[in-house]
Amino acid sequence: MTGDGPALGPPEPLESPKPVEPLVRASAVDLRIGRTRILEHVDIAVDAGEIVTLVGPNGAGKSSLVRVILGLLKPSGGTVWRKPGLRVGYLPQALSLDPVLPITVRRLLALAGSGTAAKIGPALAEVGAEELADRALHDLSGGELQRVMLARALLRDPDLLVLDEPLRGIDLGGQLALYDLIGRLRRRRGIGVLMISHDLHVVMAATDRVVCLNHHVCCSGAPEAVSRSPEYAALFGAAAARQLAVYAHQHDHGHDLHGHVVDMAAAGGQR
Amino acid sequence: MIPEMIDDFMLRALTAGIGVAVVAAPLGCFVVWRRMAYFGATLAHSALLGVALGLVLSLDLTLGVVISSVAVTLLVALFQRQRLIGSDTLLGILAHSGLAVGLVALSFLHGVRVDLMTYLFGDVLAVSATEIAWIYGGGALVLATLALIWRPLLALTIHEELARAEGVPALRIQIAFMLTLAIAVAIAMKVVGVLLIISLLIIPAAAARGLSRTPEQMAILATAAGALSVLGGLFASLQWDTPSGPSIVVVATVLFALGLAAGAVRRRAQN
Repeated sequence: MTGDGPALGPPEPLESPKPVEPLVRASAVDLRIGRTRILEHVDIAVDAGEIVTLVGPNGAGKSSLVRVILGLLKPSGGTVWRKPGLRVGYLPQALSLDPVLPITVRRLLALAGSGTAAKIGPALAEVGAEELADRALHDLSGGELQRVMLARALLRDPDLLVLDEPLRGIDLGGQLALYDLIGRLRRRRGIGVLMISHDLHVVMAATDRVVCLNHHVCCSGAPEAVSRSPEYAALFGAAAARQLAVYAHQHDHGHDLHGHVVDMAAAGGQR
Repeated sequence: MIPEMIDDFMLRALTAGIGVAVVAAPLGCFVVWRRMAYFGATLAHSALLGVALGLVLSLDLTLGVVISSVAVTLLVALFQRQRLIGSDTLLGILAHSGLAVGLVALSFLHGVRVDLMTYLFGDVLAVSATEIAWIYGGGALVLATLALIWRPLLALTIHEELARAEGVPALRIQIAFMLTLAIAVAIAMKVVGVLLIISLLIIPAAAARGLSRTPEQMAILATAAGALSVLGGLFASLQWDTPSGPSIVVVATVLFALGLAAGAVRRRAQN
């Protein structure tokens, strides 16, 4: 489905039945800015209920691809198709808000659109940020802001959630909890997720499909298959690839979104 | 006889001044939030060109200023596509060349008696019924437009890319905002003059910042601060025979200092 990467050994495991029509599809997308070729002939699609993660080195064009898919950048070639009426929730990279504009978390969420006051509490609770409702937005830490913005994205009741490095400013435990949350949202709401990450360690656990980008699609497929592929090793180094395979089995406890240690079995029971 | 006359021109001055303050303050909040103070100053300074234009073509002067402001707005929007000259430099050039060309053009108008000080610093005590009609007609248009674009403009101000990804028509909203600003500048000229218009936009908004937790609160407080500045400035002008426009700005600045102090006290009380 994701184009010109070479076929990988084992077939993709079927984790969820896929509908015929994707939420978004970029076909043969080229992007040039000045004389620099940012994207070359990139194909990518995201289905409903699917988590697709874009990985790649710095400057590989990941954010540009996301912005092309969102319609923020016009591709120099190729086409981007979005399902008619598609509702997008977007979490931009390195969000920073200017304190010259006063706004509370509650007011921001009320402005998000369909959100009536009654929906704000549950949306914040969903991301573990209910205690932040009356805080000023510019006083929040990076991780708190990410969660608030995720709640905001969810309030818009999106079909597709686009997250550009959602893990920035969140510690490792918090990252796992956030992935866990994204996974649950996908199951509960059936939304598609397109995510950028270069935190290679954490990517694999909660992803259906990894697309490895370095201006063009190097390889794509199920996380295990990609981490074993020679293209991937060439891009990130063999050590990084090995580390990924190990990582999924490393932890014997988890963290909630506040970073508190939680017993995985008990947490699993709650959900 | 004399008290009646005072009443009459004071009443007209207050009507005009408060009308302008009420229009300028919420608009000024966006000028402050979007860091467009220099753009506002450019519009204001080049308004003198509009005065010259109005006199040459024997148009209504306010109409002349509306035309020149709109032209400057479009010029700025056009020049923002190039990147060799920074926008602050560009605005500086436009502001002062507008002022200079306006002054030179006015010096050629031998037949017309031009009181330059009136345009530079305003003369609200001599405001005419037509000008009051301009203030209230134009002001109503400005406020209605602002109410209409409030939510999308706020979304763009909080995070432009996010708003665009969610489908806010950025260009249209921004142009609508700049045009309302152009109209506001034109109607404010009579009250405080081209050199001081920007202060009526930004000082009340800045005074309100420390005391506000939401954008709407800030707009309301700024409106109150603006109206109070006009009230205080006009009475001071009457009392001590000081120039009206500068007196209004002095009162606004005092309110700004008080707002800063009150904000600091409030924050200390909360912590």
